[in-house]
Amino acid sequence: MKLGYYPGCSLKGGSREYKESVVALCKRFDITLVEVPDWNCCGATAAHNLNKELSLSLPARILAQAEKAGFEEILVPCAACYNRLMVTAHEMKTQPALGQRVKEIIGMEVSGKVRILNVIQLIEKYLLDKLELKMHRPFDYRAACYYGCLLVRPSNILQFDRPEDPETMDKVIRKIGGQPVEWEFKVECCGAGMSVSRTDLVAKLSGKVIDNAVYRGAEVIIVACPMCHSNLDMRRPDINKYLEKKTDIPVLYITQAMGLAVGISEKELGLHRHFVPVRLPEKGLLTDMPGEELEHQQKEG
Amino acid sequence: MSSAPHTIHKKGSLMEEIHDAREISVQKCYQCGKCSAGCPLAEDMDYPPSVIMRLLQTEDRQNEAIALRSETIWLCVTCETCATRCPMEIDIPGVMDFCRQRSLEKKMTHPKAKNIIAFHKAFLDSIDYTGRLYELGLIADYKARSFQLGQDVALAPGMIAKGKLSFLPELIRDRKGLAAIFRKTLHRKGGRS
Repeated sequence: MKLGYYPGCSLKGGSREYKESVVALCKRFDITLVEVPDWNCCGATAAHNLNKELSLSLPARILAQAEKAGFEEILVPCAACYNRLMVTAHEMKTQPALGQRVKEIIGMEVSGKVRILNVIQLIEKYLLDKLELKMHRPFDYRAACYYGCLLVRPSNILQFDRPEDPETMDKVIRKIGGQPVEWEFKVECCGAGMSVSRTDLVAKLSGKVIDNAVYRGAEVIIVACPMCHSNLDMRRPDINKYLEKKTDIPVLYITQAMGLAVGISEKELGLHRHFVPVRLPEKGLLTDMPGEELEHQQKEG
Repeated sequence: MSSAPHTIHKKGSLMEEIHDAREISVQKCYQCGKCSAGCPLAEDMDYPPSVIMRLLQTEDRQNEAIALRSETIWLCVTCETCATRCPMEIDIPGVMDFCRQRSLEKKMTHPKAKNIIAFHKAFLDSIDYTGRLYELGLIADYKARSFQLGQDVALAPGMIAKGKLSFLPELIRDRKGLAAIFRKTLHRKGGRS
């Protein structure tokens, strides 16, 4: 199966292991991702902070390009891009005059018929029903599923999961053999786009997230957003300084956790690209899972 | 989210402008304080979000100026927690976006917001030139704008070793189209907020 795909800038740069794990996971489930032709940056936080029309026009051009390429549905793994695309589609639909103005700015037509999928929706819609056959070893760890802001808010527009206590990622973790922990910082903000301009504030907000995850007994934090990842991972020295202790809990993308469970190599999933080393104890290797043998049997049968 | 028909704004007040431009009704705020209670950065702000709302509600020029000159509007990270919890469903981050843009236009930005604004501008420069974010270019541009020359230098070797930093930008084909979008929005004189 082929699926339209908007990687966005983070996945091409600082968060390339997210892209690598998304692509590898999809391949394992026989999905080929096809990039939106000649895509541009969504504008992220900077655009909506400085100019509203720009903040809608940049995502609108992406949606227009996707439509032109004939995609009915596109996967947008970056939570920030997903958020901007969803908000733009919503504003253009509910405010026709504004929508018209945006179409004039970009000089392209946008009908709004392209469906936008975040990475968890991709997993739920296309991967979970085939998961049992592909299981290689359970991801048998206590995991703090961290949703952050952009996947779940503004909830009236995104209409994805519960805004205060989301559970879709927790369900995925349970399906691959993990144990999601109950914790308080599931949807708190990591500091997002202030990583460079106010690292002190990012260290504080992300520090509270890390501290609570560790306190609740998590062995690993699971994310679905490149900004959350880089703040919790790359900014760990600043975080540890803020917390006045050395935390070494690794932060994995949901696609990396799932990739490990279905037997994709650590290298292919880009685990070596993290700043906080991923040292998960070996557990549950090919014990009670039907795994590849079952898949093999089914193919032959 | 349209306002009640009996609502009369003071002509030319920011509250009226916000309503006209974004259909957000600041006057609906009844000061419950939920936005300030949930805001992850309230304690770092000079005025918590609910006070910004109150300042705007007074429709008083001096109070409006306090809001536009505040550090609050630049510290807001648009995490949307306030909007999710507001019992009146007021789009508070939308109010912050409006205030940021107006504060910038009127050159009323808080001195401590300098680096935050420098970063946003450097980010958009990068997209304007290449269509996609070029991280190395962004950092160079940010350093030039903010004079934070030494910051994060220690991170670079690690990022390069982990294959996270490209030396060359990715250019999109339709750069003319992208430049036109910037010309019609951000670079337009007298553009709306």
